[in-house]
Amino acid sequence: MPQINYVDHSGTCTPIMVPLGDSVMEGAVANGVEGIVAECGGSAMCATCHVYVDPTFSALLPEMGEVEDTMLDLAASERHDNSRLSCQIRVTEALDGLVVRMPESQI
Amino acid sequence: MGTPVTVIVGASHAGVQVAASLRDLDYPGEVVLIGDETHLPYHRPPLSKSLLHPHDAEGQVLRPASFYAQKRIGLRLSSGVDAIEPGERRVRLRDGETIGFDTLVLATGARARRIPIAGADRPNVLTLRALGDAVALSQRLAQARDVVVLGAGMIGLEFAAVAAAGGRNTTVIDTTERPLLRAVSVEMASYLKDLHEAHGVRFLFDNGIARIEGKGRAERVVTLDGQEIQADLVLIAAGVLPNVELAAEAGLAVDNGIVVDANLQTSAPGIYAVGDCAAFVAADGRRLRIESVQNATDQARCVAAAIVGRPEPYAKAPWFWSDQYTAKLQIAGLWTGYDRAIRRDTADGSGFALYLFAGDRLVCVEAINATADHVAARKILGEGIALTPMDVQTPGFDPKAHMRQRAA
Repeated sequence: MPQINYVDHSGTCTPIMVPLGDSVMEGAVANGVEGIVAECGGSAMCATCHVYVDPTFSALLPEMGEVEDTMLDLAASERHDNSRLSCQIRVTEALDGLVVRMPESQI
Repeated sequence: MGTPVTVIVGASHAGVQVAASLRDLDYPGEVVLIGDETHLPYHRPPLSKSLLHPHDAEGQVLRPASFYAQKRIGLRLSSGVDAIEPGERRVRLRDGETIGFDTLVLATGARARRIPIAGADRPNVLTLRALGDAVALSQRLAQARDVVVLGAGMIGLEFAAVAAAGGRNTTVIDTTERPLLRAVSVEMASYLKDLHEAHGVRFLFDNGIARIEGKGRAERVVTLDGQEIQADLVLIAAGVLPNVELAAEAGLAVDNGIVVDANLQTSAPGIYAVGDCAAFVAADGRRLRIESVQNATDQARCVAAAIVGRPEPYAKAPWFWSDQYTAKLQIAGLWTGYDRAIRRDTADGSGFALYLFAGDRLVCVEAINATADHVAARKILGEGIALTPMDVQTPGFDPKAHMRQRAA
């Protein structure tokens, strides 16, 4: 299982082994990682699973869809170039070691 | 004085969010969250969408079991509340145990409306509200060929979409003259009706089910106007009833929901109601109940803030979503009261949005595969940004640009 590293706003890292095919959001929620709320359950409706992806992994991510791109405008914390909705990132072997940073606030 | 106690009755989206928000706000007291289902609290929207594709009988949990322990939330599942005793400030559980509270939050939700139809007690006549219902329905659907849905509301249509997309002969019957009479505008209802018909769904409006017939199980439905329709699966999706009985028996004011004030407090001090069961006063002065995740969680946060001494009137702009076939319906605002719908097509023609105005005031935007319009509408309605019919009709109108320009 690939390891995903969830880094909270204070810099604390929680590494989680996430099953292939699950989303980065699901990996967080299933393990009680704080900082990812995912209120809509992965429907790309709420922008409360916003993360900043470590730029070294950018090229390995699935391309951002239009819905995700647009929903990110509703995120509570500032949007950056490396902003993604973690519900839209499926875990693959290539993403082993992925580092995502969580914003200060999701609501 | 001992440690304060907040008891929350109902452990779905609203109840869980009250508990989580109390801890986020450093509430110092005990939090007891009482649910009457056996599963960990789970996401309800997928029950009428993806969960109908049988793959996960556990559902999608809102939070893992460890969350409740970490947050010192006393989650008590499979545990119904029998009575509220406001004078004694305690609730009585079904097994006779009593739990005292300083603050009580009613998040009792709603239940599927059952219609007294002859034959509706057959095993292949179902309703859809809880996880168990969805599992049963998906199992039945896998075996079914002819599906009849009573009720062209959101649940009925979402289920019809799954059934029709799976190749079932699907008939939707409704007593009103159009689908989604409570949920969307006439124009959006018309679009969705066409969409379903293009996928083979047959609609019977201004009609209903007189009786359900068959040997032991439903085999056909007889409509009010005497048509016989083959059916080996019937879903009764005739709306919900708010669970108000506990509140009513405790003497709290009830009127199509548990009546709450601007701060979501019931007629009894220190007792609040949130989510599907709460009849609150909207920004425009109407008393209404909204059945949605957004309403449940935003009201929950509002009440948690009130409990920790930071009350603010509830005033969130509602939003909703639905998935039917490849159409993603996203709604911001409430459609009722509009007198004018202005359609804007997306640049690539793959979607559109209906901007609904009451006079010059935007009340709602209904979008189909047009997320930019939806997102902009949430900001525009939520932050009170001005948008006129003229703006929308201006050639080249870009909702996001409008939102950014006016918000700046």
